[in-house]
Amino acid sequence: MTTGKITEYVADGGPEDMPEDVLLRVNHLVKEFPIKRGIFFKSQVGAVQAVSDISFQVRKGETLGLVGESGCGKSTTARCVMRLLEPTEGQVYFRREREVATADGGTEVVSDVVDVASADAGTLRALRRQIQIVFQDPYASLNPRMTVAGIVSEPLIVHNVGTAQERLEKVKELLAVVGLSPEHTNRYPHEFSGGQRQRIGIARALALNPRFIVLDEPVSALDVSIQAQVLNLLQDLQEEYGLTYLFIAHDLSVVRHISDRVAVMYLGKIVEFAERDTLYDAPMHPYTHALLSAVPIPDPELERSRERIILEGDIPSPADPPPGCRFNTRCPIAVQGKCDVDEPLLTQMGEGHWVACHFPEVKKVF
Amino acid sequence: MSNGASGIDESIDAAEGISAEPVTQWDLFRTRLARHKQARIAAIFLALLFAIVFVAPFVTCAERDAYCGKLLEHPATQLRDPENGLLLVQNPPSTTRPFGTDDIGRDVLSRVIHGGRASLTVGLTTGLLVATVGTIVGALAGYYPGAVDQVLMRIVDVILGLPLLPVAIVFGSLVPQIPVLPAFLKEGAWVIAFLLGILLWGGLARIVRAEFLSLREKEFVEAARAAGSNDRRIIFRHILPNAMSPIIVATTLVVGTAIIIEAALSFLGFGVRPPTPTWGGMSAAGARVATKGFWWEFLASSSALVATVLAVNFMGDGLRDALDPTQTIERK
Amino acid sequence: MSDVLLAVDDLRTYFATEEGVVRAVDGVSFTINRGERRGVVGESGSGKSVTAMSIMGLIEPPAGQIVTGAIDFDGLNLLELPEDEMRKVRGGRIAMIFQDPMTSLNPVYTIGQQLIETIVLHQNVSKSAAREIAAQSLADVQIPYPASRLDDFPHQFSGGMRQRVMIAMGLSCNPELLIADEPTTALDVTTQAQILDLMLALADDRGTSVLLITHDLGVVAGFCDTVQVMYAGGIVESGSASDIFYDPKHPYSWGLLGSMTRLDAAQMHRLNSVRGAPPSVINLPEGCRFRPRCDFALDVCRERLPLLGPSDVEGHTVACHRAAELDLKLVTSEGAPR
Ligand SMILES: Nc1ncnc2c1ncn2[C@@H]1O[C@H](COP(=O)(O)OP(=O)(O)O)[C@@H](O)[C@H]1O
Ligand SMILES: Nc1ncnc2c1ncn2[C@@H]1O[C@H](COP(=O)(O)OP(=O)(O)O)[C@@H](O)[C@H]1O
Ligand code: SF4
Ligand SMILES: [Mg+2]
Ligand SMILES: [Mg+2]
Repeated sequence: MTTGKITEYVADGGPEDMPEDVLLRVNHLVKEFPIKRGIFFKSQVGAVQAVSDISFQVRKGETLGLVGESGCGKSTTARCVMRLLEPTEGQVYFRREREVATADGGTEVVSDVVDVASADAGTLRALRRQIQIVFQDPYASLNPRMTVAGIVSEPLIVHNVGTAQERLEKVKELLAVVGLSPEHTNRYPHEFSGGQRQRIGIARALALNPRFIVLDEPVSALDVSIQAQVLNLLQDLQEEYGLTYLFIAHDLSVVRHISDRVAVMYLGKIVEFAERDTLYDAPMHPYTHALLSAVPIPDPELERSRERIILEGDIPSPADPPPGCRFNTRCPIAVQGKCDVDEPLLTQMGEGHWVACHFPEVKKVF
Repeated sequence: MSNGASGIDESIDAAEGISAEPVTQWDLFRTRLARHKQARIAAIFLALLFAIVFVAPFVTCAERDAYCGKLLEHPATQLRDPENGLLLVQNPPSTTRPFGTDDIGRDVLSRVIHGGRASLTVGLTTGLLVATVGTIVGALAGYYPGAVDQVLMRIVDVILGLPLLPVAIVFGSLVPQIPVLPAFLKEGAWVIAFLLGILLWGGLARIVRAEFLSLREKEFVEAARAAGSNDRRIIFRHILPNAMSPIIVATTLVVGTAIIIEAALSFLGFGVRPPTPTWGGMSAAGARVATKGFWWEFLASSSALVATVLAVNFMGDGLRDALDPTQTIERK
Repeated sequence: MSDVLLAVDDLRTYFATEEGVVRAVDGVSFTINRGERRGVVGESGSGKSVTAMSIMGLIEPPAGQIVTGAIDFDGLNLLELPEDEMRKVRGGRIAMIFQDPMTSLNPVYTIGQQLIETIVLHQNVSKSAAREIAAQSLADVQIPYPASRLDDFPHQFSGGMRQRVMIAMGLSCNPELLIADEPTTALDVTTQAQILDLMLALADDRGTSVLLITHDLGVVAGFCDTVQVMYAGGIVESGSASDIFYDPKHPYSWGLLGSMTRLDAAQMHRLNSVRGAPPSVINLPEGCRFRPRCDFALDVCRERLPLLGPSDVEGHTVACHRAAELDLKLVTSEGAPR
């Protein structure tokens, strides 16, 4: 476990000082989407800063939860980490493992750190074997024109793994692993329910034996009982294959269930970052307080007795974020002249507990 | 890892009503197409039409030489009835000549059959050209937004801005004079087919582009990219199959349009030159005498035209539905 | 005057589809008292919305039909009410809020026009008086500058504000019953908290009965006095909120609670999920509909459909053959510091 130097969290600097136990280090990531106007000759009139300078690390074998309300930049972060979007600024360091030939003719696995954000096409293609993603929408994330076999074997085909027969065997094995019947290879996605489709998406992500999986709201679209099945499956898979997860969700109770550490995002920024139990038992950022207090708990007495922090107004547009602290327009404890002027930086408040607020304070919310 | 670990057992399948027998895509395609009644009739009609138009003349000409085949190119030799030697002009439909004869005694049935060749050649060739060019241009423009898109779409704007008939008329008469072109391209139907191909792909390109623009943002395309698929694979294997429905529908509309434009050009006298029969040309000739009570040539040629265009459109409808895998009664 | 406001008796609403008859609601009976807040929970497809639509008289024939049953609203038999009478009840005495406010607001009219239309339709007032009432109802749902916002179009409001407008519209005629079908499902948690808080305050204030439909048990825990759990077109359990949450007697309710990740659970183990998935409502299993997924099923469960019947707790009813002998209580206490 690393100690609490500023550099540990903020992850300043290059890949050299990335600790051995860190698999992924996101360093000052910024992603802007240009806003364009004009019919014939589009000109840029502004930018949506969907992700504004965020940094975090994911350790080998852990699950890092990334929570926040819709539009706060979670999916954009995921897509930048996967390099499905080109980051505007910042680096995404990944500790990859490669087989290299040794002097005596054998092979050995060595690990080194590469920047996903600036990797060339060949490096990136090779990296895709180690980093995979599961998407939120089980309806949109499977190609409706392809069979289950086609969908799950796509990564294998693209990376020239095995013969057609071997790939089919692998698909069947993967389907069994995610709890689907291996006979379903010839089916089309629409023949399956939402939960089953999500399992197909997980099977696809597992096809290349990745080490790191980005899960972008994998259970948000599912009914509770199905959600529980998929969460259990994800935990089993993590144990079985030693996977590392970046788990994105807007549901704080799901994140509590599955994560080891949690980062809370608001309007493109990480506002609080802590070990799971610290975050839920002793949250310090006013936004975390509001978020936690708003999550309903299936317990009538507790639910009726606990204090609920009701936020005023709506989330500001990321195209025009407020100055100072981005939360100051809705914050119940904001101080005029301070919060709307100075931007609070992430500061360490305890062992591995980082908060971006001028007036942090521990508050029990249930 | 066992199934048990994931907390799932076979009861899921039973509970979800997934049948044990997998159904192949071809099975589904056939059952869906068969369910489409209009498309079924249209398909049979078009199959017969093809057989008659492209095959029948060669098979039957030996017997029906007088009314059919090569002699049509020499109308003067076939003006007399083989029995009494009289000139056969504007004979009404009868058992021997079901569609009657035209104003210079030629058998209308055999001319309708031969005329179909021009229509179908134009329809199919234009359709093929438009589908190919329109799809490629639309796909590139939709998949590579920015400079590629801008340039391609400005070209489309220009093409769509051209007045169709005048351009077709002018170039239709200029093209055969270009010396370097191969001989078959100077024949009426082929000239028109290629001209229309060049003039009509813009609409399809726009449709395909719009389709690609929305599909490229879909999560399953991102999933393919995350798997490491390259652009070519994403375009052809992931996006294109999902854009097939609009492409097929738009193409069948183009086939219908091309057949009609060819007929219109021939009707106006700018298309395929007489004596080669075409439905448009025959409709023009038939229309001139129809007012005098000789209605059959016009009726036969224009009915053939309308029926063919309708059948092509129905076929497009049926194909679109049959190619859509979600069409098998979506389960809730 | 009786306390019962709405009594639904053996409601069966079926849809004729290409694949067969969808028995969306199949034998549902319940009552709602004046001032009661009733929660309806269940997974998607269990028939929650169709129940609400049946009460509102919004089932569209010929595909959809209420085949049997009675819906008694304060002495009126809603199923036999002529359409023009029903129109007065709908939006007047019973109001409904839907999940997606954008689809229930017409994008080409201003919020004011739509509010005023509803008010004029149900209350005997002039246009200008209606405008006053409309502005007041926007103020009631805490929309800033209500008078000027009346002239805005729906797209000029955020998702949370649109839902507040829907609540304003629903409550503008002081209905006796408010049916809210997943009113916060499309919203973020902080906005959901705002909306529920508002609905609770307004309903409390006016003594409105509420039928809150949701798939989120947490929402029900905070909002509702009584709860009914639906599964595959039927009610499997019904009772007070504490009955259902602390002492679930039906294996499905018990499984649903066990499936939930909880914000307040310090140490979570594997979730106790219900295996399998809900059946297709076209091909319902014989006997108990939950049987294929139930860990406690016996032979009798395969043979007979269990009916909703009383338990040892007053007002707590269960539809399970084994309700009396099973003790499912232990699970809800797991990890919950109560
Ligand atoms: N392709 C895009 N073009 C323009 N804006 C985008 C795009 N993708 C996301 N955004 C904007 O960026 C912000 C963050 O979006 P997203 O990362 O999807 O949020 P989340 O996943 O947390 O809900 C939103 O305001 C969204 O509108
Ligand atoms: N108009 C309709 N036509 C056919 N089936 C319908 C219709 N409306 C609802 N259903 C079916 O009825 C069942 C119950 O639906 P619903 O009441 O909407 O469920 P929920 O509990 O999610 O609100 C579902 O299986 C649904 O597919
Ligand atoms: S910095 Fe100020 S506005 Fe921001 S969260 Fe802290 S107290 Fe609130
Ligand atoms: Mg997202
Ligand atoms: Mg519903």
